[in-house]
Amino acid sequence: MNLCKSFLSVAAISLPVLVVSTLVHAAEPEVDYQKQLPAAPEGQITFEPPQERDIPDNQYGDMVRKGRDLFVNTQQLRGKNVFNGQNCVNCHLDAGRIASSAPMWAAFGMYPAYRGKNDKVNTLSERLQGCFTYSMNGIPPEAGDETLVAMETYFHWLSTGAPINQALPGRGYTKLEKPEDGYDREHGAKLYTEQCAVCHGDDGSGQEVAGQVVFPPLWGDGAYNWGAGMHRVNTAAGFIKANMPLGKPDSLSNQDAWDLAAFVNSHERPQDPRRRNQESLDSTANTFHNHDGFYGKEVEGKRLGDHDNYGENPGVASK
Amino acid sequence: MTKTMRAALSLLAVTVALNTGVAVAAGDTARGENIATQGNGAGALACTTCHGPDGKGNAAAGFPDIAGLNADYLSKQLHDYAEGTRKSPIMQPFATALTEDDIQSLSAYYQSLQSPVSAVAYRAPDPANQGEWLALRGDWDNLIPACNQCHGPNGMGVGNSFPALAGQHASYLKGQILAWRNGTRNNDPNHLMKGIADRLSEQQISAITEYYAALPEQLAGQAEEKENR
Ligand code: HEC
Ligand code: HEC
Ligand code: HEC
Ligand code: HEC
Repeated sequence: MNLCKSFLSVAAISLPVLVVSTLVHAAEPEVDYQKQLPAAPEGQITFEPPQERDIPDNQYGDMVRKGRDLFVNTQQLRGKNVFNGQNCVNCHLDAGRIASSAPMWAAFGMYPAYRGKNDKVNTLSERLQGCFTYSMNGIPPEAGDETLVAMETYFHWLSTGAPINQALPGRGYTKLEKPEDGYDREHGAKLYTEQCAVCHGDDGSGQEVAGQVVFPPLWGDGAYNWGAGMHRVNTAAGFIKANMPLGKPDSLSNQDAWDLAAFVNSHERPQDPRRRNQESLDSTANTFHNHDGFYGKEVEGKRLGDHDNYGENPGVASK
Repeated sequence: MTKTMRAALSLLAVTVALNTGVAVAAGDTARGENIATQGNGAGALACTTCHGPDGKGNAAAGFPDIAGLNADYLSKQLHDYAEGTRKSPIMQPFATALTEDDIQSLSAYYQSLQSPVSAVAYRAPDPANQGEWLALRGDWDNLIPACNQCHGPNGMGVGNSFPALAGQHASYLKGQILAWRNGTRNNDPNHLMKGIADRLSEQQISAITEYYAALPEQLAGQAEEKENR
């Protein structure tokens, strides 16, 4: 992994600024926000979000558009809230509208949500902050920040006519039954070269044109970090099966999707931010990684996650 | 395209440049120019006869604009014509008459020519503009991703597999989409383009091809507007 030279130079320049300004800690991510969603109810997906040409021309509509633009072009927050090469839309396709990629209209009515694990009620804002912390390897906007308000207004509009506090078919990612014989990352590697590398690159770093991310990085410094939901093999398998290769949904077998997910997710990526408050890799793995993933596991003679590379994320927000 | 792209890239960190897949073409540009203007003396006519002195082609005749296209993409097309996975009675004999060295030199030469577009900052598309909407957002109800998701911001092309569409003649673009549909073009990696060509409606094909053909002018207009403000 290229421990981003550009980050180092940025850090060198901005360090004095950081020292002068008040140091604030990133919101302590004490909860496992990225915990797997419950399975969506069975049945036909009947809900249809409204059409964008019908966004009203008033201040509400302006906020809806602002939220949508932040969702599809989250890179506008790079260096502030986002510290990798991802946009929300990369994992929630068609601006968060598509059923097989955790659509926002199915999420909106499900928050606030009670979480038995920490005996707390989590709000939608906290859920979004979790996405910033992990999927965007970022520093989340504070509650009430216009970024969150705009995104939530966009989701509110998308959910026009959807029920509140009732799970809808199409929520989350498709759950793919784990193959009986498990998964095979070597077969995944072969499929990756044949089917995925043309876009995501042999080294998983994606592709940019004129400084704009076109194909998102899947591993390395620009990717989602070790705490993100997509690093779980089962979650990625469901996403890949339903959405990849781009434009050819459901073209892979279940087994192939699992093998690919295992291959992609057994590469290094930015450290789990919760590691900052943990004693060791073991304690982080034991506390937060009781699921289908490679964090802390040995692959090709190296233990994954055994580093203090947080990608571009400096760990503190500048005010 | 490539010139503006390189200029933009050199401003960015070195680490970014390594990730873009912008390869410096292997062929000899001067030699390429020579063949392009005079033919190779072994059956390949001067390319300029049809593709024009600046590589811009000819809309009415259906000769594509090949200026500034990625060299790997260009050389792949010439091989594909020769092998017949892309069928064209016009290009096939020329492609067959070219040596590997000719192909590399021609591709390097055409990549070095200026193409009309470069990326601009993100701008939300207008839902009332069908072409623009397809380019930036696609038509997911019919499983059509946004064209720019593969062809890059402003359709300026991505790496060595996804050609630029912006500024290309509408007649040619339309012809290629139809060629995928009827099987005379069968050379896209993993059929990434074929499914999309199949799912586009006739009306969408007109809207999107006209959109890309007119895009450089439209962008220039916008830039001017901005300056005059
Ligand atoms: C790298 C992929 C990725 C990116 C990028 C990403 N997410 Fe997510 N998102 C996920 C995963 C995985 C889940 C959990 C789905 C599951 O467990 O089934 C999720 C869940 C969500 C949910 C909850 C869905 C529900 O039904 O409860 C919301 C809301 C959400 N994401 C918003 C965002 C926003 C806003 C952004 C951008 C700031 C974003 N996501 C970026 C992968 C991603
Ligand atoms: C034609 C180009 C293309 C191909 C081929 C392709 N992808 Fe993608 N992939 C994309 C794009 C573009 C996105 C972002 C989607 C969006 O923004 O709408 C994406 C998103 C993803 C994501 C979401 C995670 C993230 O970090 O954003 C994963 C995982 C993924 N692809 C895996 C794969 C796998 C595995 C394959 C091979 C089976 C594959 N892709 C093939 C273009 C491609
Ligand atoms: C007699 C006219 C003619 C000449 C001479 C000619 N071309 Fe072409 N070229 C065409 C036509 C017509 C097409 C479109 C064919 C199709 O539908 O695939 C084309 C297509 C191409 C393409 C594919 C472009 C793309 O965007 O995929 C390339 C590359 C190309 N020509 C290169 C050359 C080179 C190099 C030469 C000189 C050695 C040359 N052509 C000479 C007429 C010509
Ligand atoms: C999933 C990726 C993908 C998407 C999305 C996509 N394309 Fe393509 N397209 C390709 C690939 C790959 C090629 C080049 C194939 C080759 O090597 O010959 C291509 C080539 C083309 C060409 C031929 C260009 C030339 O110079 O000959 C046209 C025209 C085209 N695409 C139009 C479109 C349009 C219009 C859309 C949106 C409706 C679109 N594409 C969306 C992958 C894609």
